[in-house]
Amino acid sequence: MTERQGVSGFFLDRVLPVGVVVLVILMLWYGFAVLLNSKFELDQAARAGTEISTRDLVAKTMAQERPVLPAPHQVATELWDTTVNKKITSKRSLVYHGWVTLSSTLLGFLMGTLLGIGLAVAIVHSRVLDKSLMPWIITSQTVPILAIAPMIIVVLNAIGISGLLPKAMISTYLSFFPVAVGMVKGLRSPDTMHMDLMRTYNATQAQVFFKLRWPSAVPFLFTSMKIAVAISLVGAIVGELPTGAVAGLGARLLTGSYYGQTIQIWTALIGAAVLAAILVWAVDIVSRIVMRNMGMAR
Amino acid sequence: MNAVIEAKGLNLTFETNDGPVHALSNIDLTIENGEFVSLIGPSGCGKTTLLRVIADLEQPTGGTILVNGVTPEEARLSRAYGYVFQAAALYPWRTISGNISLPLEVMGIARSERKARIESNLELVNLSGFEKKFPWQLSGGMQQRASIARALSFDPDMLLMDEPFGALDEIVRDHLNEQLLKLWAQTQKTVVFVTHSIPEAVFLSTKIVVMSPRPGRIHEIIDCDLGADRPLDIRETPKFLEIAHRVREGLRLGHSYDDREPAES
Repeated sequence: MTERQGVSGFFLDRVLPVGVVVLVILMLWYGFAVLLNSKFELDQAARAGTEISTRDLVAKTMAQERPVLPAPHQVATELWDTTVNKKITSKRSLVYHGWVTLSSTLLGFLMGTLLGIGLAVAIVHSRVLDKSLMPWIITSQTVPILAIAPMIIVVLNAIGISGLLPKAMISTYLSFFPVAVGMVKGLRSPDTMHMDLMRTYNATQAQVFFKLRWPSAVPFLFTSMKIAVAISLVGAIVGELPTGAVAGLGARLLTGSYYGQTIQIWTALIGAAVLAAILVWAVDIVSRIVMRNMGMAR
Repeated sequence: MNAVIEAKGLNLTFETNDGPVHALSNIDLTIENGEFVSLIGPSGCGKTTLLRVIADLEQPTGGTILVNGVTPEEARLSRAYGYVFQAAALYPWRTISGNISLPLEVMGIARSERKARIESNLELVNLSGFEKKFPWQLSGGMQQRASIARALSFDPDMLLMDEPFGALDEIVRDHLNEQLLKLWAQTQKTVVFVTHSIPEAVFLSTKIVVMSPRPGRIHEIIDCDLGADRPLDIRETPKFLEIAHRVREGLRLGHSYDDREPAES
């Protein structure tokens, strides 16, 4: 398919396809909201002994205080209310909670990326480490994170580490994996001819690494980092659950479920999704800039 | 004249899952300083393997080989040769000048000196003005020229070329052959050139080594005394055709039992 030019091209190629999908999702969402919330309204009406018209029923399902499934506009209103209408420092501000989660996400992502790169470099340069480390790296990801997260929090608390770091550690635990696997592949990606060329120059191992292996691995690194940043966010949210729900998007999810505040839960979910999208997009932007500077974008 | 490459009774056997493969068998070859020697033969005759042994990219399993009077490894460590692969093998994240700079950086040559060498070598292969381009912005022939400039940039005594023009079309190939001859005349380097094109071998070489497969061995060495001045239309002269005919006969004789052998994969 050829790319169309100009404003109409932008509309046809980008806005229209995405818009159609969003529209379909919204319609389904409203449909399910009516379907799932109507039982409560029917019960209420039956208890009061009144008849309820379909029109009223539909209207009421979309305006419940604690719906089974909140309607999109309820979530949107709550989202607006908790981001724009609240001070950022307020405990009721989603921006505040989002920042708490974001900071541990970013710290965990940074540590995970560095750990992943470090492991990959070690594995690529040592047969022994390749044989001994790789199985453990894979095993580490077969353990359910929900089981391991409370233990990390508790153990670190016991040795006096609390706050940001334990949550970031859970993000690290999840995010180092795609980076390690991707970078092992990336650092091994130079073809035989490129490697032979370095051999004919009598290049040292360090020169082979910095002049050949590392640049070859950069595209792999960014692909891994896109996955890593998204699961870092998941790790940070999971890490907030066992801390007693003090702050963060995970805390909003937890308090929401304590008090049956479904609108708050859904708002936090949407907030997390938006945050993840922004993070992945940011990594993608950096990736494009780096690739262009390396002459690999055409 | 003195010998830059001296192989005596050289053997190389690859151990594969299907049993041993005799890539090189009893190779005796002497290449003098300043010669242009082509290794020609069908696929599987060991011509590339022989070149790789000279470059210390493969280890022989028997016999002796000296490059510049020392072992291939010592020759490689002293950066005695520039190697040109079948593909240009430029690093895609480096510009053309960055690619030519690569061996110079590895060898620790100062920035100002690197700049001068990049300039002079790009001029040598007619690529001046393309310094800032990335490899994908150049045609296949230009990329291969850049890779020749890269091989020459650190001024090695010897140029090892493994079917460098094999992937190019005939018109580009003719043009590059002409340029390579000029370059050879200018630089006076010893060239070992792997090809399976008879006209290319005859046009370029002072000596043609005809090889045959299973086991990979030298069938015949043909002198190619067409003189130093070789315009493209020399290829229609009787002398050229006669040498080409001898090479073709040699290839046919060396290859004659092929029907009885299983096809090579």
